[in-house]
Amino acid sequence: MELTLSDLSVARGGLPVLAGVSLSLAPGHALVLRGPNGSGKTTLLRTIAGLQPALSGQVTGAEDRIAYAGHADGLKAMLSVRENLTFWAEVFGTRDVERAMQAFALVPLAERLAGTLSAGQKRRLGLARLLVTGRTIWVLDEPTVSLDADAVALFAGAVRAHLAQGGMALIATHIDLGLEAAVLDVTPFRVALDGVGFGSSDEAFL
Amino acid sequence: MRALLVRDLRLALRAGGGFGLGLAFFLIVVVLVPFSVGPQPELLGRIAAGVLWLAALLACLLSLDRILALDFEDGTLDVLATAPLPLEAVLSVKALAHWLTTGVPLVVAAPVLAVLLNLPAAGYAGLVLSLALGTPALSVIGTFGAALTVGIKRGGLLLSLLVLPLYVPTLIFGAEAARRSAQGLDATTPMLMLAGISAGVLALMPFASAAVLRVNLR
Repeated sequence: MELTLSDLSVARGGLPVLAGVSLSLAPGHALVLRGPNGSGKTTLLRTIAGLQPALSGQVTGAEDRIAYAGHADGLKAMLSVRENLTFWAEVFGTRDVERAMQAFALVPLAERLAGTLSAGQKRRLGLARLLVTGRTIWVLDEPTVSLDADAVALFAGAVRAHLAQGGMALIATHIDLGLEAAVLDVTPFRVALDGVGFGSSDEAFL
Repeated sequence: MRALLVRDLRLALRAGGGFGLGLAFFLIVVVLVPFSVGPQPELLGRIAAGVLWLAALLACLLSLDRILALDFEDGTLDVLATAPLPLEAVLSVKALAHWLTTGVPLVVAAPVLAVLLNLPAAGYAGLVLSLALGTPALSVIGTFGAALTVGIKRGGLLLSLLVLPLYVPTLIFGAEAARRSAQGLDATTPMLMLAGISAGVLALMPFASAAVLRVNLR
C-alpha cells in the first residue's frame, strides 16, 4: 500500500513551517528530501511518523508501518550492542538480530557496551535497529551523520535490499547516497513567516 | 512489554543506573532522625510511622526524573512512541520498573530501619503492609509527573512541585494506617483507602501520563 501525503501542513513550536506538501510513495521506492537547515525536513518526517499532529492535510498508509530514526539513536550506553538490538527486536516482535548486525558490520562489536562505541559505530547500531523493526516504511532523518564512506555504502546497500523486498524509504539527507531515488526539495513548500498567523490557538501555548 | 521491563531493570542495576539512590536516601534520613530528635525512645516510637512514611515518599521523589528523562534524551521515547506498544502500556511498565527498583527495596528496608526509631512491635505488619500498598501509587503518580516535565532540562524542581500535592492523600492514609496499627488500633479504614488510591491511580494515571507525553514529544 502506498504512503500518501495530501496537502500536508506541519508546524514546529506553534509556527507553520511547511504547507501544501503532497506526495505519494509506492512500495519499492525511495524519496530523498532536501532543503537547507531549518527548512522543516525533520518536522515533516516527525509528522509522517505520527510523533506530532499535522496542522492540516492528511497522511495515509503510515499507521503502524513506520520505522523512525531521528537524530538520536535510542541506544543505552550501559547495554551491549547485542542487548540494544535484542531489546528493539522484542519490542517490535521480531528476532532477526544477527542479520541486522551483519548488514552493518557490527558482529565483531556484538559484546561491546554501546557507550564505548565511536560516533560512527553508534550510528551504524542505530541504523541496524531499522532492520529489526520489520517495518515497511523507513523514515530517516540525516541517517549518514558521522558515517565514513564504507559505512555509507553499507547503509545504501541496506536501503536497496529493503526496497527490493517491497519496502519504502523517506530520507532527509544532504549527501548523495548513490540510491536510485526521487528527490524532493522542500524549499518551495516553506511558509514565509511574516504575515502568517499562528496555527490553531492552543498550539501557541505548547 | 516484558522486554522493556527487563531492559529497565537491567539498566537500573548496572553502573550509573541509580538503583540504590532512593534506598540510600531513606537509610540516611531514618538513621539521622534519632540524632536530631534526641534520646527519647517514647517520642521516637510515636513519630516512627510518620517519619518512615515521609522518608519513603521523599526517597521515591528523588528518583522520579530518571524514569523518562534519560529515554527522552537519547531518542528512545521517540522510537517507543512509534512502536507497536501503546504508550499507556510503555508508561505502566516504566512505573512498574520504578516500583520494583525503588518501592520494593523501601518496603523491605522499612521494618529493619523501624528498629532504629523504636517502632512498637505491633506496628511492623501494618507498616510493611501500608508501604506495600502505597508505594505503587507513588511510582504511578511519579511517572505522570515525569511525563509532564520530560522536555524540560533539569526539571527536577518543577517535577517535585507538581507531584508533591498529588502525593498528599497517599501520605495521609499511608502514615495513618501505619500509625494506627503501631498504636494497636484498628487500621482497616485507612488501609482500604490507601488500597483504593493505589488501585485508582493504577487504572487511570497511565492514560493521563500517555496523553501528556504525546504532547511533550511533539
